[in-house]
Amino acid sequence: MTPNTLSANDLAAGHARGRLAWSAERLTPKALEIRRDIITLLAKAQTGHSGGPLSSTELGTVLFFNELNVDPANPTWPERDFWHFSIGHVTPVIYSLMAERGYFPLKDLMKFRAFDGHAQGHPSKHDTPGIEVSAGSLGQGLSVCCGVAMAARIDRHPRRVYCVMGDGEQQEGQIWEASMFAAHYRLDNLCGIIDYNRKQIDGDVQDIMGIKPLADKWRSFNWNVIECPGHDIPELLKAFASAREHRGHPSVILAHTVMGQGVSYMADDYHWHGKPPKMDQAETALAELGTSYAEWSARLLAN
Amino acid sequence: MTTDAPDTTTVEGASNDPRADATISLPDKVEMKKTREGFGRALVDLGQQDPRVVVLVGDLSESTMVHFFAERFPERFIQVGIAEQNMMCVAAGLAAMGKIPFLATYGAFASCRSADQMRVTVAYSNLNVKIGGAHGGISVGPDGATHQAMEEISIVRSIPNMSIVVPCDFWETYKATIAAAQHAGPVYIRFGREDVPVVTDKNTPFTFGKGEVFAEGRDLSIIACGVMVYEGLRAREILAQRGISARVVNLHTPKPLDRALIERCARETGAIITAEEHQVHGGLGGAVSEVVVQSTPVPMELVAVHDRFGQSGKPAELMDAFGLRAKDIIAAAERVLARKRRA
Repeated sequence: MTPNTLSANDLAAGHARGRLAWSAERLTPKALEIRRDIITLLAKAQTGHSGGPLSSTELGTVLFFNELNVDPANPTWPERDFWHFSIGHVTPVIYSLMAERGYFPLKDLMKFRAFDGHAQGHPSKHDTPGIEVSAGSLGQGLSVCCGVAMAARIDRHPRRVYCVMGDGEQQEGQIWEASMFAAHYRLDNLCGIIDYNRKQIDGDVQDIMGIKPLADKWRSFNWNVIECPGHDIPELLKAFASAREHRGHPSVILAHTVMGQGVSYMADDYHWHGKPPKMDQAETALAELGTSYAEWSARLLAN
Repeated sequence: MTTDAPDTTTVEGASNDPRADATISLPDKVEMKKTREGFGRALVDLGQQDPRVVVLVGDLSESTMVHFFAERFPERFIQVGIAEQNMMCVAAGLAAMGKIPFLATYGAFASCRSADQMRVTVAYSNLNVKIGGAHGGISVGPDGATHQAMEEISIVRSIPNMSIVVPCDFWETYKATIAAAQHAGPVYIRFGREDVPVVTDKNTPFTFGKGEVFAEGRDLSIIACGVMVYEGLRAREILAQRGISARVVNLHTPKPLDRALIERCARETGAIITAEEHQVHGGLGGAVSEVVVQSTPVPMELVAVHDRFGQSGKPAELMDAFGLRAKDIIAAAERVLARKRRA
């Protein structure tokens, strides 16, 4: 397999036109809006996952509104970057990011997991415009992204590839098959992001099946490892830039986060991994986020 | 082939069969060739025709015969190592970017070990991944049960969007591989390890999803896939000596299934035997039965492996021991005709 022969200038130029490249000043209020979307759509649906979407809100917002080179009006734009959430269950944040970025109307969020909507419980290529590969069985997404990165290598295309993973997901063996593959082929167009919130369905990750030392594991697999506080937008911006500039190895960002971040009664409590807030709980959460269900659902339905 | 064009596919060297309007009849000495070589040769031709074609392998280049492609197109050949689950999803990513990936490994791993990856990532997304499952069937021989894949048809055909083709010989494997590339959507190609009789030739028509009447007959239909097509043709010759006229159908594509042909066989011959080198549950026999019981119920017999694992041995010994020979089809013919007479 041929090595990457694209110059730094080619890569930068090929990765510019569809980037929003927002600053931290604009990203911070957008992340707050994403959080409000998540709570509102979960309250409406009364089904779905709360914890992971809230822990990956900042990293998702930086990815979608600064980093990604995409055209939501034309999801198959040939120059696009490829993004994929291997943790398919965090659809509340995936769909909120997509809708806020313009892939589909915000009002679609109010039909999350509904029979007459497109927003399936787990991402479906068949149903939702902009979802390129369906996901839902953990551990598979990094392999998919390896294939996409390899296609770009074969075509000498400047596409960058972003794969969001969970920390509990690191327990899946296939992650390490893909990790080995990406390093073997020196896929430096590939960037993994791990939402390291230390919780999974049954409890603390370290109690269920320990993954530490995670950074050392990825380093020993020959990846460029970047650790950062996962709710700190300026630090996330630096991490993505560092991954983008690194040559010769794939990069992985270990974003240290808190499950349920932003809602006081959910924060750092694994019981919120897989359930939605009841309506009164949602009102409490939305009040903490500076809005109400009536106000925010009206905003979504109007767009 | 279709019955409308019966004379185009006679095997070279075969005598004209005066007994019936056979379109494929067996010569005295049948050429033997590996189906997997048909897969390997087709990939080289596809690679030449279409730059989108890429090939992935899980450390089995020579035994799946993708080494021909690797030598010709090294920049489009991806060695994945011993990681079939990863390979299935890497192929999905390549397909998502417009490539036509063919992955190659043993059928046991392609169909079972990476079944979840095939279901969730490949099939649910309807990605254009082509899965080459080598070493299908009991005829794998000495390697024993772990390596004798006999569940692929059941597994693959139960997954929406998936197709599966089980070619009968070298030439048909070549054509099935070409056809898989032309078919939009995921396809599983099942082929074997050993030299098997060549019953078709370069010019025998092949249509993905359409069965072919290889030899006409009135009293019953033998519907077979893979190497059992040859056994069906042999059984037909012996049955003819006993005054029984058997139709032989090569139903190489268990999915999408040629329902019209199955219904026609049931209607015109009134009895059906299916024959496959595969578990009896959910395979070709199951697929044909599903059509027959819902449209044109007639007596049926299923020649297949009956719910047991394989074992080591010579391929020929195993085909005998597991009831996958012409004699087993003939015994099934006696049973099914007795029931047909009673009906």
